[in-house]
Amino acid sequence: MPQNELVEGLGLDEYQYGFSDDEAHVYRTKPGLSEEVVRQISKHKEEPEWMLEFRLKALKIYESKPMPTWGGDLSHLEATLDEIYFYVKPQDQMERSWDDVPDNIKNTFERLGIPEAEQKLLAGVGAQYESEMVYHSLKEEWASQGVIFDSIEDGLKNHPDLFREHFATVIPAADNKFAALNSAVWSGGSFVYIPKGVELKTPLQAYFRVNQERMGQFERTLIIMDEGAQAHYIEGCTAPVYSTDSFHSGVIEIILKKDSRFRYTTIQNWSNNMYNLVTQRAVVNENATMEWLDGNLGSKLTMKYPSCYLVGEGAHGDIMSIAYASDGQHQDTGGKVVHVAPNTTSSITSKSVSKGHGRSSYRGLCKVYDGAHNARSNVECDALLINSTSRTDTYPYIEIEGKQATVGHEATVSKIGDTQLFYLMSRGLTKEEAMALIVRGFIEPIAKELPLEYAVELNRLIELEMEGSVG
Amino acid sequence: MSDTHILTITDLHAKVTDEDLEILKGVDIEIRPGEIHTIMGPNGSGKSTLAKVLAGHPEYEVTSGDVVFEGQPLLGLEPNERALAGMFLAFQYPTEIPGVSIANFLRTALQARLGDGEEVDLFDFQDELLDRMKLLDMDPTFAERPVNDGFSGGEKKRNEILQMAVLRPSLALMDETDSGLDIDALQIVAHGVNTLREENPKMAILLITHYQRLLNYIQPDVVHVMVAGRIVRSGGPEVAIALEEQGYADWKVQEEEEEEQEEVVTA
Repeated sequence: MPQNELVEGLGLDEYQYGFSDDEAHVYRTKPGLSEEVVRQISKHKEEPEWMLEFRLKALKIYESKPMPTWGGDLSHLEATLDEIYFYVKPQDQMERSWDDVPDNIKNTFERLGIPEAEQKLLAGVGAQYESEMVYHSLKEEWASQGVIFDSIEDGLKNHPDLFREHFATVIPAADNKFAALNSAVWSGGSFVYIPKGVELKTPLQAYFRVNQERMGQFERTLIIMDEGAQAHYIEGCTAPVYSTDSFHSGVIEIILKKDSRFRYTTIQNWSNNMYNLVTQRAVVNENATMEWLDGNLGSKLTMKYPSCYLVGEGAHGDIMSIAYASDGQHQDTGGKVVHVAPNTTSSITSKSVSKGHGRSSYRGLCKVYDGAHNARSNVECDALLINSTSRTDTYPYIEIEGKQATVGHEATVSKIGDTQLFYLMSRGLTKEEAMALIVRGFIEPIAKELPLEYAVELNRLIELEMEGSVG
Repeated sequence: MSDTHILTITDLHAKVTDEDLEILKGVDIEIRPGEIHTIMGPNGSGKSTLAKVLAGHPEYEVTSGDVVFEGQPLLGLEPNERALAGMFLAFQYPTEIPGVSIANFLRTALQARLGDGEEVDLFDFQDELLDRMKLLDMDPTFAERPVNDGFSGGEKKRNEILQMAVLRPSLALMDETDSGLDIDALQIVAHGVNTLREENPKMAILLITHYQRLLNYIQPDVVHVMVAGRIVRSGGPEVAIALEEQGYADWKVQEEEEEEQEEVVTA
């Protein structure tokens, strides 16, 4: 039975996620950003000197780069950043077992369904609360295989050489203004290493949520797939609804060595006041395959373009994304594929839905370097507009240097039509139900790739979104 | 108005929404439970418009007249409320809903018929769906295909009858269901419809068609001839047979004469 036919009514609605525990943080920096704040973060994490230097250098880069003027409206962001706490540490120690996790935090996780997820054998659960991992478990057989699934802090502490060899090699601090900011103040995130030839059957899951008002979250994830390794990493997050602006700017670096295969799945459902500016990129070596599966809901503005740099012959990259822009929201998303080596292939499939005064933009780059003979790339972006006030734009950039490349681009824009609505309503569906069904059908080609519980949650969210969309 | 009727249409006038184009110019039809009525008529006479108006299509606006369905005024209801009251329209041109499987669609439609807190039992639903597909000689994999997306004309029509078989209406409006069907498919569809009537002898049908051939398999109680937005003749099955032989020419001539007379009167 298709996933979207199963269980509804699990109560995964946005209001249920709008709860917040009493803040139980132990330490936080002063609001705003300064060299002092960066030094304190590094000191609190007991980092080696090189990391402090890296952070300070990144801070200078951040300060020297102008605010981007493309994409979404960032004009209010600077004022917002002055009020953000750049570091909040919820607990002094990393928790090892579920029993040790304080009750209020446990309560939060229970409402997010983490213990249940464990029961379903969803492998190692790394759960991030505020800025750090507080709960982290890893299947024993994996540990025996040499798999590392740690918080990013522990990765740095426990595997210093492996960490330093790869950290910031995919996304250097100078890549863009927000990568620089993240490099200066990063905190939390995952460190994953899958050794040569190891194939993980069950996905690695990391849940996290931003729990404190005005707190920025700068998670940093580094994933290394050694030769021939295979894994799937799932990250989902929900945020409580708060009234003032919030900010999230993550950096996700993935390295795929020869013949490895990796999928990174994420569904983000931020509260409506969130700026979500993420840089995520994979370097894909010879005959390796990278798949990004990216769902963006909520937030005030999301700017996010998962990327694949195909640097080894025969490398393949897939980017699949769903964006949902509701009233007052702007989803500026898409993907980047860069073909550097011969016989590399890629595809970008993007589906966006805009409702009310929501706006979604597809922004994509397909670049083929000279020397990337026989590169093949296909881009397909489809937009669905729910109301006549909804907006969608497409910004496809295609740059080809090579002489032998095949690049396809297809874009469609559709509106929910009266004929479709009438057809469904004549079978007894209300207008809202009819709209929800059409939207679910529209995103189905990507939603069917999601793990079951995410597909169910996504369907439920779309139903809720359609309430009150008629008129 | 007799409550022995399932549907009573009285002097119904309707026009295209936002345009000054009147299509139905005073239609009167009464249907009793269990009856099969057929409407025949030339292209553009308003047959399909009548079906759409009864189902509540926003393309048309009722300007005057009255429709009573199952003892309740129909015209103020939303299309979904009409469906829940027991009406079903088998579309002439069914709409594509990409990405939504037939099974998912039908389960959602059945769920809409239940109250809050009640859930369609998935296993019962699967059994029912398979049973209904068997009745219409359909492959079980058909249920997993997206609604009408990439279907042939005949598959679309059969899908309409499948929906009808699952939703079990008290009144089915069948809008040129026979067009686009080969003779084998026509027989299967007719068998399906006749089986539904055996299961529920009270189910009434309003069958819109150009041709006599479907009527060889589904026997009408009453045949109406519609020309230029009016029912110009009603009678038994013999009317259809006469039409098949003579065509609509006589009726068109008569209609034109009537219009001329009206013009004379108004002049």
